[in-house]
Amino acid sequence: MIGGLLDRSDSRVERIVPPSGFTASLTVLSAAAMAFLAVFIGAISMSASRVADDWGAALGDKATIRLSAPAETLQDQIDAVMTIAAQTPGVVGARQLTEDEQRALLAPWFGTDAALEGLRLPVLFDLTLEGDGPDIEGLRRRLQGEAPGAVYDDHARWRLPMVRAADRMSSVAGVSLVLIAAIGAAMVALAASASLSANRQIIGVLRLVGAKDVFITRIFVRRFTLRTIGGAVTGSIAGMIVVVLMPGGGGFIDLRFAGAGWLWPALVPLAGGGISYMATRYAAFRRLKELS
Amino acid sequence: MVEFDSVSVRFGDRALFDGVSLSLPAGSFHFVTGPSGAGKTTLLKLCYLEMAPEAGEVQLFGKETERLGRDEVADMRRKIGVVHQDCRFVDHLSVSENVLLPATATGVDIRDVDDNMSQLLAWVGLSRHRDRRPPELSGGEKQRAALARAVILSPDLILADEPTGNVDWEMSLKILDLLVELNKSGKTVICATHDLSLIRQAKTRAPARVLRIRERGIELSGADL
Repeated sequence: MIGGLLDRSDSRVERIVPPSGFTASLTVLSAAAMAFLAVFIGAISMSASRVADDWGAALGDKATIRLSAPAETLQDQIDAVMTIAAQTPGVVGARQLTEDEQRALLAPWFGTDAALEGLRLPVLFDLTLEGDGPDIEGLRRRLQGEAPGAVYDDHARWRLPMVRAADRMSSVAGVSLVLIAAIGAAMVALAASASLSANRQIIGVLRLVGAKDVFITRIFVRRFTLRTIGGAVTGSIAGMIVVVLMPGGGGFIDLRFAGAGWLWPALVPLAGGGISYMATRYAAFRRLKELS
Repeated sequence: MVEFDSVSVRFGDRALFDGVSLSLPAGSFHFVTGPSGAGKTTLLKLCYLEMAPEAGEVQLFGKETERLGRDEVADMRRKIGVVHQDCRFVDHLSVSENVLLPATATGVDIRDVDDNMSQLLAWVGLSRHRDRRPPELSGGEKQRAALARAVILSPDLILADEPTGNVDWEMSLKILDLLVELNKSGKTVICATHDLSLIRQAKTRAPARVLRIRERGIELSGADL
C-alpha cells in the first residue's frame, strides 16, 4: 500500500483527475481535526491507564491500621498492633508513622504550621503487604481482641472505585477513538464519493479508453489517502503541542505522553492513512458500480 | 469482427432498430449513414458497448457481449478505438497526455508508446500542438487528436462518429485519408457520417461499403449512393 502511494511514476496517472474541488479541503480539514482529537483522547486514555496502574501498584501492597485508644491503654495497644502485624502472614513490614509524617498528611487541611499537639489524633501504622496480603477477616478479629481501638484499612473502599473510574475513562476514550475512526472513514468516503461524482465525465473518458475500475479507484485512493495523511500529520502535531503544553504535576490530569506513548502521535497519521485507504476504496468501487 | 443478431433498440415508445442483423468482417471499411436521429451514434454505441440492445445479441471479436462484466467490457474496449463527435477529452491534460491516455489507463509502459505517440502526432499534423490543451485546439485539430488517441494502442476496430462534423472540406479529406490509411493497415473501420460527398470521396480511395439506416433497420449497399 505504502509503496503504491509513494510511487513517483504515478504522477502521470495522478494528473488525470484535477486536484481542485471542495473535497480536497474537506478531507484535509476533517483529517486534521480527527487526528487532533485522536491524539488528545489517546493522551487521556493513556493518562487514565497510567493512573489506574499507578494506584493499583502503589496502593495494592500497602495497608493502614488506625488506632484510637485512651491514653492509659494506648502504648499497650500500639505494642499489640506491632506484634500482630509481625505475626500475620502476608504482612512483611509495619511501621508507626512519626508526628512529622502525620503533620504532612494533615497539611492540606491545617497548613504546615498547625499546632497538632492539642488534637487527639489516631496513631497510624503503615503496613507493607506481599502476595495476596493478609487474611483480612482474621486480622480484624485479632485486632478487635487484642487492640480494640485499631481499625484495619486496606484502602479498597476508596482505591477500587477510583481505579474503576480510571479504567472506565480509559474504556470511554477507547470507544471515542473508534468513533473518531468511524466518523473519519465516513467523511473520507463521502468526500471520495462526491469527488467521483464531480469527475463523472473524466471517468467516462477513462472507461471509454479501456480503464478498469481498479485503475480508476487507484487514482482516488492514492489522492485521498495522501490528503488524509497530510491533514492527520498537521492535526497530530497540533494535538501533540497542546498535550505537551498541558500542565503536568503527576496528578490525574497529567496528559503528557510517557515512554512508548510518544509513538501515539506518529501512529495517528498512519492509522488515518489506513482508514482513508479502505474508506476510499470502498466508496470508489461502490460509486463506480452506480456510475456504470 | 462485429455481428448483430436480431438487435432491437427502443427509446421509449420509439423503436430505433427492430431485429437488425449484420456482420462486418475484419479489415472492412464501412460508413454508417442516415438522417439525423436515425441511430448512427446508437449503432456505434452498441459496437463499443456503451449501451446494450433491448433484444438480440451483439458479438465483438467473436465473443458474445451480453453478459460481460465491467472488467471484460474494459478488456474489449482496449481493442476498440473510438472517435466521438465531441471528442471527449480530459480538458486539463495536454494533447499528448490525452493521446497517451489509453496507454496510461491500461498500464502500458509509456516508453513503449512514446515514439509511437510522436509519430502519430506528426501523422495527424499536431506535433506543434502536443503541449496545448484541447480547448485551445480548433474543431479539426480536436478530431485529429481524437483519432490519434483512438489508434495509439493499435486497436483492431476503429469507430468514428461524425469525425468531419465540425471541420471544413479540406480538413474532412485529411481525416478521411487518415481513416483510409488505417484501414489499409488492416484495421476495421466504421465511420458514421451524414456527409455523402465524403463517402463518395472515400470510395475512390478504399473499398468502403455503406450501412444505410432506414426505418427501424439497416441496409447494406455496395457502390451506389
